[in-house]
Parts: sequence; C-alpha cells; structure tokens
Amino acid sequence: MAGIDALRESATFDRRAIAEIQRAAREGIYDIRGWGAKRHVPHFDDLLFLGASVSRYPLEGYREACDTDVTLGTRFATEPLHLDIPITIAGMSFGALSAPAKEALGRGATAMGTATTTGDGGMTAEERESSKTLVYQLLPSRYGMNPDDLRRADAIEVVIGQGAKPGGGGMLLGQKISDRVAAMRDLPKGIDQRSACRHPDWTGPDDLEIKIGELREITDWRKPIFIKIGATRTYFDVALAVKAGADVIVLDGMQGGTAATQDVFIEHVGIPILSAIPQAVASLQELGMHREVQLVVSGGIRSGADVAKALALGADAVSIGVGALIALGDNAPELADEYAQIGTVPGFYDDWHEGRDPAGISTQDDELAARFDPELGGRRLANYLRTMTLELQTLARACGKSHVHNLEPEDLVALTIEAAAMARVPLAGTSWIPGANGSI
Amino acid sequence: MAATTEAPAGVQTIDLATTPLRELNARLHAIGPDATPSRWRVVHANGAHAVAVGIDAPIEVEIEGHVGYYCAGMNQHATVRVHGNVGVGVAENIMSGSVIVHGNASQSAGATGRGGLLVVDGDASARCGISMKGVDIVVRGNVGHMSAFMAQKGRLVVCGDAGDALGDSIYEAHLYVRGSVEGLGADCVEKDMADEHRAELAELLQRAGVTDADPNDFRRYGSARRLYNFSIDNAGSY
Repeated sequence: MAGIDALRESATFDRRAIAEIQRAAREGIYDIRGWGAKRHVPHFDDLLFLGASVSRYPLEGYREACDTDVTLGTRFATEPLHLDIPITIAGMSFGALSAPAKEALGRGATAMGTATTTGDGGMTAEERESSKTLVYQLLPSRYGMNPDDLRRADAIEVVIGQGAKPGGGGMLLGQKISDRVAAMRDLPKGIDQRSACRHPDWTGPDDLEIKIGELREITDWRKPIFIKIGATRTYFDVALAVKAGADVIVLDGMQGGTAATQDVFIEHVGIPILSAIPQAVASLQELGMHREVQLVVSGGIRSGADVAKALALGADAVSIGVGALIALGDNAPELADEYAQIGTVPGFYDDWHEGRDPAGISTQDDELAARFDPELGGRRLANYLRTMTLELQTLARACGKSHVHNLEPEDLVALTIEAAAMARVPLAGTSWIPGANGSI
Repeated sequence: MAATTEAPAGVQTIDLATTPLRELNARLHAIGPDATPSRWRVVHANGAHAVAVGIDAPIEVEIEGHVGYYCAGMNQHATVRVHGNVGVGVAENIMSGSVIVHGNASQSAGATGRGGLLVVDGDASARCGISMKGVDIVVRGNVGHMSAFMAQKGRLVVCGDAGDALGDSIYEAHLYVRGSVEGLGADCVEKDMADEHRAELAELLQRAGVTDADPNDFRRYGSARRLYNFSIDNAGSY
C-alpha cells in the first residue's frame, strides 16, 4: 500500500464535499444548522491599524481618556438610545434560546450599559426586566407582536433580513415549541413554526415608509426605529432604508449567526461584512446622512479589534450574536462528554435548532434550560463585553483617538488585495486601493 | 391648534384638514384603557395613513371619508368605524375591540390580528387575514387571492367569493365562505359543517350585524395538518 504522502485529495471534492454528498444521499434533504457562514471570506483579520508614530501621536494608555459612548436614533425619535459602549447584543429569539439565556443577555448588556434585542417570538418578561435598554424586533411573522410591548420597548427594529439568510424566512422546529413558546406565538405546541420571508402588510420601500410612519404614530414618535438588513445590495438598500425613514440601519454580514437555516443558504447568499460596510457608508455619505442615521454592523464580530476596524470603516456601533452565545457558555469544553453524546465536539456544535444543547442555551427543554445560570451567564457576557471595549480603546489610543468614533479609514491598511478592494483601504505598504476609481 | 369642536351629543370632532395626524393619535393615546367611554369623530381623513392607530381605550371613533394604510392598527378596546374605503392593512395586529369598514378594504386587511373583530361591508382585496392570530374577520363581499395565508388562529367569514389560494399554509384558523372559492392553498381543505360550526358562524354574523346570510349557505375550510411538521415526503406541497 502506498504511503500517506502518495495519496492525493481532490481540491474540488475535498473531505467536506465528499461527506456532504454522502450525507445528502443518505438523508435526502439539505443540511440545516445554526451559526453563520463557516467558509473563509475576507474579514477584519485582513486589515491592520497604522499606529501613531512620527506623523501622529498616540494617547497614553492608562491616563488619557478614550470615550466609547454612542447615541442611536437621533434623526427623528424624541428618545434616542444613549449607550456606554458601541457593542450591542443582536436579536435572538425566545424560542431559539431559552428564557434564562435571554435573561442573561439582558443582564450582561445592562451591566455594561448597552442594549439587547428581542427576536422572533416576542418579548419575555424576564428579558424586559433584565434589560435596561431593549430593542423590540418587528419581524415578518409578527409572533408575539403587541402594542403594549411596543410601548415598553426602548427602540423598534424592523427586520427585513439577516446576514445568514438574506431573502429567507425561518423555521422553528416542533421540538422547541414548548407550551410557553406556543402560547406566545398563537400556535399549537409541537408543530413547526414557519417565519415568513416577507412582511404581511407591506411590500417595497414606499410601503415601508408608511409602515414606519404607523409605528411612529403608535409610539408618539418617541422610539428610535431601526431597519435591519442582510448584506447584499447594500449601497442601494441603505439608501432606500434612509428614504423610508430609518433612524438607525443595522447591517448584518454573511458571517452573522442564525438559529436554524439551510447550510446552502448560509454559505452561498449574502456578502461579507467587510465588503458591506464601505458600501453602506458611501450611501449614507452621498445622502448627507452619515452619523445622522447611525450604522450598526454585525456578522463575525469577535474581538475589540473587529469592533475597532468596523468603527474605523464608518460604523457607529456593532452588534454581536454568536460571540455573545459563546461567552454565555455555548460550545464550552467542559461539556465535551455531553457534546459527544449528540455527535459533536465543543467548538463545532451548531445544531441549535434541535433543542438538545447541553449548555442550556439553545433549548426549550426545561431540564437543560435549568442548567444555565442567568446570573453567571450575565457576568460572563459582561466580562466579554468589557474585554472587547478595553481592546477597542487600546487600539484607538494607539491611533491617537480620544473617542473610538474618531477612528477612520485612514488608520487602516489591508493585507490582501481582496480586502483592500472591499474595505477601500490601501494594500499595506502601498497607496493602492484596488477599484478606488471604479463604480460602486 | 386643533380644530376641535364639542358637538351637542358629546362627540369630540377632529378635522384632519387642520389638525396634524400626530396630534390626533396623541390625543387618542392620552385617553388610556381605564377612561370613561367617549365618542370621537374624525373628518376630512382624505386618505391619510395611520389614522387612529395604537388606541388603548374603550372609546368610539367615527372616521368620515377614505383612509390610507393601517387605519386602526393595533387597536385595543376601541370601536373604530370608517365611513369610506380603507387602504392596506386596516386593523393590522388588532388586539381587541372592533373595526367596522363601511366600504371596501385594500390588501392585508386584519393582518396578524390577535383579537377583536374586523367587519368589511364591501370587498377585501388580496391577503385578507394574512397571518391572523386570533382576530375574527367578517367580509360581506369578496376577498382576494391568498386570503388567510398562514392563518394561525381566529375566524374569517366571507359572505361573497374567495380568490385563489385561500388558506395557503393555514394552521388552526376557521374559514367560512358562502360563495365560490377559486382555489385552495397548500394544506387547506374543505371540512364538514357540523352544528357547532353553524353556531359559531351564526354568532360571528350576528356580532358583525349581518342579518341577510344563512349559516347553512356557507362552506367551511381549514387545515389538513399535513404540513405541520416538515417531512421530505411533502417537499412538493410547499
């Protein structure tokens, strides 16, 4: 038999591709999973900061202030959100997540002076109680939507799409439909709950403008209105969202997580957040709306470095989902034996839709959910947010910025031609921005 | 300043030709659910969107003229009566109370409504009762295509005809149609009319003030419940 070195793996039919063909042949249905895109795409790792030197001077790390606060919703709302840090928690549903997990997200966000967000399925009392600042999502399904919660919310997010599945709806499988989830969604227990991909009472940007007008009237123009879009034709979508009356645009790249979607959708629809931010910023700038309509970006934010780079490209804040779940305890190595029992290993578990999460986070099983301590989870999330904020400040000070929003594209260079073209910053060591003179 | 007059009968009149919409809605919101019932009249609606939305009070509102989108959206407790036609999404996400349209309704009438009653004297366009979650809807005329799409809960009564794909992907809502049905959507089937259903229908017609329709003339439609849990064998049905 030939040695291992003599074997040649196909670059086209690699082990992953072969395994997927074998799985498809066995099961006869596409793979459904949670998480976001797992393929390699140009990302913030492909950017570097140009720290201060002779031509710029830095700020002292432990003495000179570097502020991190942000205000969202200054365009029309009479009660904009004031957040201490520019890192918010993305919308994740009660249904996809357990009630204690939702509570922990609120606790962690509140401890750090930032906002969390509801999700498909409505607002739970625990979530409202634990979240000082809570954004209430208006989704196509309208599960749990009611005017009392609308008035109780601090902001409203009209969800048009998400980065993991722009143009797609959702499905919460029957095994996660407990009595409580079913009651909140006005559906029988145990059946699959489909979330439509289009809103039931408006179509297109002109209708959206009228819809936003209704939401403003219901809430007496007090609440900021966010519009969340998945990153695709970002330049145009942002312009239309501004035209429709958004106070804030939430832009989610293809690495953004989902509770459950077809793998083929997650990996093949949408664009990386790195390529979407400059499109959004250009659109806002051309309309004279950059910083007037705030831009929150998400999809693959892991660290303070990612936050800093997103802000430098022109975002006002970021939002995290997968990172927040990991901070709570998702994919924890201590649970390796239990992950093994459901056929996976820590670091790879993404079958969040099955409701068998040993960490008690992506489940509606009472016993599993009871394992999760929302106070501890909240502290862990706060620690993670604090660490990211410190990292963000470290990088901003190194670039001489007294506020993290003073970071700018001029502070960045790219390691690859692809990243340079997408982020519209020069390739490191050159002044070359590929496509800089081209069209959007 | 609002052009408000105190009518002899104790009806507050608001003229939208001279009063900003925002002021109208703010005044209706200020009443609150525990207030004494009061009567309001809105004139010169002139196709305005979002008229009388988000009310949470046991009041009566009469709107003179046609209105645009989302009239009486998310209504709680109030009785809103429109003397004219209504645009898209009348009484969307209604929670309780009643919305009565003495005219025709555009698309998505009663969309996602979770309670209360919507009555349309004329016809309702496409997607009437889309994603309804507990509201009762009575349409004296016809409804357009895709009505009761993904209807979860509540009752839809159509005294005229229904367009194509009625009740597509329906869950547990009850549908009653007196006239013809152009076509049924995925997983929607005709069901037997038992005495309990005739009684349910009679009660709905009575609440809607419909006196010229006999429950025996209606057919009942609902979910076959074949698509409640995803099965690859049903992939062609979606």
